[in-house]
Amino acid sequence: MVAEIGHYALILALIVSLLQSTVPLIGAHRQDRAAMLFGSYAAITQFAFVSLAFACLTQAFVTSDFSVAVVAANSHTLKPMLYKVSGVWGNHEGSMLLWVFILAIFGAAVAAFGRNLPETLKANTLAVQSMISLGFLAFILFTSNPFARLDPAPLDGNGLNPILQDPGLAFHPPFLYLGYVGFSIAFSFSAAALIEGKVDASWARWVRPWVLAAWCFLTIGITLGSAWAYYTLGWGGWWFWDPVENASFMPWLAGTALLHSALVVERRNALVSWTILLGIFTFTLSLIGTFLVRSGVLTSVHAFATDPARGVFILLLIVAATGGSLILYAIRMPGLKSGSPFSIVSREAGLTLNNVILTVACATVFLGTFYPLIVDLMGRDKISVGPPYYNMTFVPIMIPLLIAMSVGPMLKWKRDTLREALDKLKPAAIAAGVALLVVLGITFGKNIAAGLAIALAAWLVVGSLINLGMRLRIGQVPLGTSLGLARTTPRSFFGLVLAHAGMGLTVLGIAGMSAWATETIQMVRPGGTISLSGYDLKFASVNNVPGPNYDAERAVFNVTRNGRFVTVLETERRFYPVREQQTTVAGIRTNLLSNIYVVIGEPDKKGAWQVRLYYHPLVPWIWLGALIMALGGFVSLSDRRFRVGAPARQKTGATLAPAE
Amino acid sequence: MSKLSAFAPVMLFATIAAALGLSLTNDPHKMPSMLIDKPAPKFELAAVDGTPKPLSSDALKGEVMLLNVYASWCPGCRLEHPTLMKIANQKIIPLYGINWKDKPGQGGAWLKQHNNPYLAVGDDPTGRTGIDMGVTGVPETFVIDKGGRIRYRHAGPVTDDVWQDVFEPLLASLRKSP
Repeated sequence: MVAEIGHYALILALIVSLLQSTVPLIGAHRQDRAAMLFGSYAAITQFAFVSLAFACLTQAFVTSDFSVAVVAANSHTLKPMLYKVSGVWGNHEGSMLLWVFILAIFGAAVAAFGRNLPETLKANTLAVQSMISLGFLAFILFTSNPFARLDPAPLDGNGLNPILQDPGLAFHPPFLYLGYVGFSIAFSFSAAALIEGKVDASWARWVRPWVLAAWCFLTIGITLGSAWAYYTLGWGGWWFWDPVENASFMPWLAGTALLHSALVVERRNALVSWTILLGIFTFTLSLIGTFLVRSGVLTSVHAFATDPARGVFILLLIVAATGGSLILYAIRMPGLKSGSPFSIVSREAGLTLNNVILTVACATVFLGTFYPLIVDLMGRDKISVGPPYYNMTFVPIMIPLLIAMSVGPMLKWKRDTLREALDKLKPAAIAAGVALLVVLGITFGKNIAAGLAIALAAWLVVGSLINLGMRLRIGQVPLGTSLGLARTTPRSFFGLVLAHAGMGLTVLGIAGMSAWATETIQMVRPGGTISLSGYDLKFASVNNVPGPNYDAERAVFNVTRNGRFVTVLETERRFYPVREQQTTVAGIRTNLLSNIYVVIGEPDKKGAWQVRLYYHPLVPWIWLGALIMALGGFVSLSDRRFRVGAPARQKTGATLAPAE
Repeated sequence: MSKLSAFAPVMLFATIAAALGLSLTNDPHKMPSMLIDKPAPKFELAAVDGTPKPLSSDALKGEVMLLNVYASWCPGCRLEHPTLMKIANQKIIPLYGINWKDKPGQGGAWLKQHNNPYLAVGDDPTGRTGIDMGVTGVPETFVIDKGGRIRYRHAGPVTDDVWQDVFEPLLASLRKSP
């Protein structure tokens, strides 16, 4: 019964989305207020119906209703409750429902919180947003109905893929989707602006918070995914340039560019048509990511149930959405105002450089992801593009960006001199030089690459701190005055400092991991000891331990350093009988500066076990830095300029536009 | 800006969309073998511990048969094992095996634990024969025709679905042809 309610709710949502994608559009065209207002009510109604459907599917999973096909294929009565819930989106049908759910959340949020938007822009935005919903609701109902029944119902389910039964992964998809799908709003705003044929500074101010929110969620989602891959796949790697990882990384790169170019539109009314294009392309990359994962055109470790028919449907959706909006762009663009000029050294120029580099980097990842496909289409060769390609292309492209990242925020709008900005950054340059010398000193000049990378990290972190210090005039005025300045400084400034410093910390982690990670693989008997980078691990015991839905062999290691006790590490090999699948759980000890990482493999006949041991210096900062970046985004998002004073600002925006 | 440049993004996107569309006709799991329609390479392999017969390439002709490559450390092999047992028990087609890159004793122990579906299993501890056969990973299954030529190579587990969708039609057509 509950499943039928869910199915029915989805059908109603489809009907509402059809109305929402047409009525407000016509209303905006005819200046009919009632029809435009209808868009807001429809968005909230659509949200209500999709929520109901999502709740129904969750209920089916929680109560293990195996008469629902998706539940039977992906759940099991013995599974812990957390994974019963996360099982909702641990499969194709459910995850598409999550997709639509988040689309509806964002649509309803614009309807509810976008009170300051001009009526026509809001109506057009909601209509475009609903066209996307319409496409995906149709996709779900016609090709992947999550509420399909099984008759007779099996006594128990198939279980969730054990590799997905992990707390990190339980929350990875919702965050990723909040990011991915959140960019739909940027798309809808861009398309709406094109429909109206009018883009100005206020448009950028309205779209920026949505882009920022989506970007923060995507950052967290990617971070969770990377951390999950690190501790469950048991290879000790944190990024594999896997097509599916790239699928989430490309929208992140484009979204980061969008975030910065929208700033230029907001402040200086320049880069207007470029920003519109980025808005369209960022979401297109999200859609292409979805296409990649669902259609099975590329092989990946993230093997989702793939089906070419679904691929065709998603591809048609992409063609309709992106193709349609780009044709609209081609028609409207010549009429859009081109921006005001700026000097080659200015804040605008810095942000433009950011956009150029991020776009090229994104194109590089795109090419690397699709190159195997292109080669395959042209000839018969099967190739795979791996980390060496990205090390040779992506990394060198990003280095100038990282160097410029400290300089950009120092530049004034309109016109500035490079010398003045660089003068301010002297302490950062000194910090970078010291970091390089220290690294070269410790390693006897061997690790130049790592030294340079850590110098870059110091440059970013210290550069951000200098920016903060200058803004608050620390050291120049009494502390009380600085605190007063801190109170009046907009939050978005602190967001900038946090995000840029966070990037520096991530670079630090990557540098440490790439230069000094060590590993060893040995056959060890219980009682034996292995040593790595100053740590001694005594293999204390190995036992069979039953879990809720698996059997595990748990190995216990006592870790000492120079004879002093450090910690006890446990690592498990779990066998899930329902799926006949095995997973490993790494034993990890972190002190925020480095990780010790141990995994057991197969035993041999003589009672020895294969033990892999890794020492990973600085690796936690890869994720902590990324989370600090996301935190910076949220801090910026809490800036009151995004929330209040909108009507007054609307006016300034309108007067600004013709002035330039 | 000129009208033409306004259409550049949509042209770029059209190219990408067309490539994506073409890619849908592509199956990344399909890896053509160089050995298709050629005789199986020569090999002489000792019997895996606890199995009755050694395996020689000379035995692989005269009728349509399967040659399955497995290893004890391979999860996919455990997945396809029930299907292989069904094939063996119902005598659907002669099934031979190669134990690929296993430590001494483990390939045999695995068969003892899970039952042995093979008429004969050769032990290939170094993977040398696997290289000749073009094996890239386990499990892999080759279809060999009456003339001893390799006609099909399947990479990945042979589950019941794969058996029905891929092997049954293929075997039916091979048995008909001389």
